[in-house]
Amino acid sequence: MKVLLLMYQDERAMQRLPREEYGKLHGAFVAYVDALKQAGALLGNHGLRPTAEAQTVRKWVVLDGPFAETKEQLAGYFLLDVPDMAAALDWAKRHPTAAYGSVEVRPVWT
Amino acid sequence: MQYLLLVYANENAVLNAPKETVTQVIGAYQAYTEAMKKAGAWVASNRLRPTSEATTVRNQNGKKSVLNGPFAETKEQLGGFYLIEAPDLDAALSWAARCPGAAHGSIEVRPIWTM
Amino acid sequence: MDVSETADAVARASYGKLVAFLAARTRDVAAAEDALAEAFAAALAEWPARGIPRTPEAWLLTVARRKLIDAARRRQTGEEAAPTLALLTEELVDAAEGDMQIPDERLRLMFACAHPAIDEGVRAPLILQTVLGFDAATIASAFMVAPAAMSQRLVRAKSRIRQAGIPFRVPERDELAERLDAVLEAIYAVFAEGWTDPAGTQPRTRHLAEEGIWLGRLVASLLPEEPEALGLLALMLHAEARRDARRGAEGEFIPLAAQAPARWNAALIDEAEELLLRASRMARHGRFQLEAAVQSAHAARRHRGSTDWAAIVQLYDALFAMTGSVVVAINRAVALAEVHGVKRALAALDALQDDARLAQYQPYWAARAALLARSGNSAAAADAYQRAIGLESDPAVRAFLQRAYLTCTT
Repeated sequence: MKVLLLMYQDERAMQRLPREEYGKLHGAFVAYVDALKQAGALLGNHGLRPTAEAQTVRKWVVLDGPFAETKEQLAGYFLLDVPDMAAALDWAKRHPTAAYGSVEVRPVWT
Repeated sequence: MQYLLLVYANENAVLNAPKETVTQVIGAYQAYTEAMKKAGAWVASNRLRPTSEATTVRNQNGKKSVLNGPFAETKEQLGGFYLIEAPDLDAALSWAARCPGAAHGSIEVRPIWTM
Repeated sequence: MDVSETADAVARASYGKLVAFLAARTRDVAAAEDALAEAFAAALAEWPARGIPRTPEAWLLTVARRKLIDAARRRQTGEEAAPTLALLTEELVDAAEGDMQIPDERLRLMFACAHPAIDEGVRAPLILQTVLGFDAATIASAFMVAPAAMSQRLVRAKSRIRQAGIPFRVPERDELAERLDAVLEAIYAVFAEGWTDPAGTQPRTRHLAEEGIWLGRLVASLLPEEPEALGLLALMLHAEARRDARRGAEGEFIPLAAQAPARWNAALIDEAEELLLRASRMARHGRFQLEAAVQSAHAARRHRGSTDWAAIVQLYDALFAMTGSVVVAINRAVALAEVHGVKRALAALDALQDDARLAQYQPYWAARAALLARSGNSAAAADAYQRAIGLESDPAVRAFLQRAYLTCTT
């Protein structure tokens, strides 16, 4: 089954992260992506530019900003191919963002 | 440049829509996706199952917990996404405007972070 | 009348005139807008206590000019400031002497906004903001552009006007036709955005058609000897005349061929026809007169009972020769079908298919689909309808195309 992992984190806090911390996170991230590829579970992933660069079209009115103002913002997504929800949750828990943000797991509609 | 189009709609309204509306909307989305592909703009897209089937891994005081439900409770919920290739933001917004979801919901347009 | 109502009324009637008057003298559109905004704020603060002045326009102008002078003194020094300050100060003396008739500089402002040095995409937004007082967010939504981006573009454009020394001037005879075309194009862009929403269901575009026509009337009244200005107004009035007929009782889309002439606005058509007649007597052709003539031929159905397609093809031939526009080519093909048959029309469309822009142009696919359906090629028609559906953002038009698609597949 296909699932979408949505990573939410506090953008501003991330931007203020000291170099060393950021380096560690980045390393963890790369390792995570590798693990996914090894397991043949990764279908795609992308990071998103900050919400300051987001636009929302709401009933045809174009507004600056993301869909909703939240304490943590959507920073990226992973599309995975996994045997079941339990496996999806395992991957979600292992995601580096899970340590300091939130990871939402959504099954894809087939 | 790549952009992520996040399609938000009121799930209840979608799930309780009459059959003819559902057929029409599905048809509209198929046409929209096809048009995107033929224009060379489509990279990926998926519809998502309802937020009632979502699970969120959250941090509470350094402790990870797994909770049922989406990341946030909102009046409109994330129902799907399109990853597109477009020359600039204006072009991406054009596609957002054409999305069948634009009439009754919200389409968030996010530039993809490239290194 | 209460204060805010009066202020609103003055704003509506005079905003553009006041901005134009101030900007023409300083070449600083942004500063003029700011000064005027402060003047309006002052009005709302002082008029309740002091009473509404006898000539509110002159009052606002005097206050705005004083603020401009203050701002100029703070910002500039020496030579730069002298001419501006002199101009402003002289006129302040005039104004204080009594009733001052504020000349209408809006035409000069529009020519500045549509100057060749100004990016094409920002001319219509600039006119909407400076002449009509629209804010950037509203304009952004109207043109389906990010608000922050639109803000930036407007700021940059006004900077350009100031720094490049773009003149606030109605061009000389030898340049006028070309420069006027840019102004008319910008006005038409405003109108066209509004025309795609006949039922006025989208807040972003509801008033745009009205504003486009208002601007068209303004230019036609200020340049009555320019046939293209009359042509543009005639074109917009013809389109506007059919607004109500484009939607059925349940909000469904009704294409031109299926519209009942009884639902067209006869008064608007009559006015358009009179304008076209006046323009044609000046014997200086142009694209807006030709487009208006096409609409006139369609409107004639109200008396003739049928459409003179041969005349329409000829008009599109002339338009295409003049502009080489792919949009014109598509409309011409549709008309061609009525005179020379579907095969030739499809051949004319085929000739366009290498144009990469067509992959995102709904009208091409809608036209193609309709012709293919008529030629009996249901499978190809269905494919073309699908493309059109996927590229259409108006739900009513989409529903119409979906019904047509179903007809091809059953």
